[in-house]
Amino acid sequence: MRLAGAAVAGLALDARAAEKLAIQVRSAYSTEETPTPYRHVTGYNNFQEFGPYKEDPAELAHGLRTRPWSVIIDGLVQKPKTLAIEDILKLAPIEDRTYRLRCVEGWSMVVPWLGFPLSALLRQVEPLGNAKFVEFTSVTQPDVMPGVRRHTLPWPYREGLRLDEAMHPLTLACVGLYGEVLPNQNGAPFRLVVPWKYGFKSAKSIVRIRYTETEPLTTWNALQPDEYGFYANVNPDVSHPRWSQARERRLGEFFKRPTQLFNGYADQVGQLYAGLDLRKHY
Amino acid sequence: MTRHIETLKRILFVLCLLPAARFGLGVWQDTLGANPIEALTRGLGDWALNFLLITLSVTPLRRLSGWTWLGRLRRMLGLYAFAYACLHLTAYLWLDQFFEWSEIGRDILKRPFITAGMTAFLLLVPLAATSTNGMIRLLGGRRWQQVHRLVYPLAMIAVLHYTWMVKVDVARPAIYGIVLAVLLGLRLWWRYADARQAFLASQPPRLKRVIPIQTRR
Repeated sequence: MRLAGAAVAGLALDARAAEKLAIQVRSAYSTEETPTPYRHVTGYNNFQEFGPYKEDPAELAHGLRTRPWSVIIDGLVQKPKTLAIEDILKLAPIEDRTYRLRCVEGWSMVVPWLGFPLSALLRQVEPLGNAKFVEFTSVTQPDVMPGVRRHTLPWPYREGLRLDEAMHPLTLACVGLYGEVLPNQNGAPFRLVVPWKYGFKSAKSIVRIRYTETEPLTTWNALQPDEYGFYANVNPDVSHPRWSQARERRLGEFFKRPTQLFNGYADQVGQLYAGLDLRKHY
Repeated sequence: MTRHIETLKRILFVLCLLPAARFGLGVWQDTLGANPIEALTRGLGDWALNFLLITLSVTPLRRLSGWTWLGRLRRMLGLYAFAYACLHLTAYLWLDQFFEWSEIGRDILKRPFITAGMTAFLLLVPLAATSTNGMIRLLGGRRWQQVHRLVYPLAMIAVLHYTWMVKVDVARPAIYGIVLAVLLGLRLWWRYADARQAFLASQPPRLKRVIPIQTRR
């Protein structure tokens, strides 16, 4: 297999006209692992709004309208707020966060994301004392999203985190990758990245963040609760009903590698789940 | 005619190799996308199913067109379905599981789509094994035919295997399902129609409706 060599060649061939995004802070949270080639990061995506196949988003997401864009933060807060994307981009210094991404389907990549801790955004409002969770809602633009028109999932796409997970320094408010603003197929202009959870938890193209008291109903969890839990922490010992999660295929590699507990971020996030039965709360 | 059939079979033999050649080239030139092993495994499965349905369409096509020679291509097509199923299974055992038999065993027992896929494959084995002229003679035409009726449940299980593998969008498996339903439905319909015809033919003439012949003057 000449995967590696060809991947490098492919990288050089990418004609990129995207807007650059300067890195202001080098983050200590970045992994030293080799990033997955740009063409795979931007050509192999799960973005069900654009279709069920990995090539669909790259092919169809150019129609996504990312300006004007604003994010509503409401729910159990003192005063709801609507932030324009231009202001969100200025909330905190842009950090380079190269993270492992593990998909629930058994493949993984390493993505050089750009963004800042989500906590900086969440702190823009003052939550009420009973707020325990946050819910993220993705955009729906049916005219450019064939998946939405065909009702393949109950739209809009919703995800959620416990408040302490959302405030964790690893949790990223992501606005770019590979030194440029987020390509549409990767969830432009603003998405979530939660590196110790399966990829579907990291909602794309977010338009609303809502503080709630009870666990929010999230899309995949509501659809197939035995296959996709609310927590969805990467865990090699808890298999998906249709396949084992013990190993993963890193894109570009021939042999599978063992999957790590919390996707290798156990040292940072393990204490969040002290006392929680991870087999029950998968 | 026999000479023409032999030529046709040679052409068909090469044509049926093309999908495999395309995958081989794709692996060599790394054009199978970000996850080539998944693309390869699934692509080979698609072709196993394609050949299965092509094989099952021979009999209906022969009946509809009246081209009896089509039947002489059926064995090769069926064996290609088996060959692609073997490659598909090999890709799973080797490239997906790296021959970890305990893991594979667990997969077969615990995961319905793997159970279905493995069942379909195991049902295909006796059909391939009894495909030679010698085996047909040994079994006798009638018994051979009975064995080869396994292809009907097998094809349904194969489509189920595909359907259960898919996450939410079952559009592609549904197309296979519809094609299979048509191919099997035609057989059922013809069976019914032929039986009816035979029944009517077996009735004494007095029960037959007499249609008066009007002659034009």
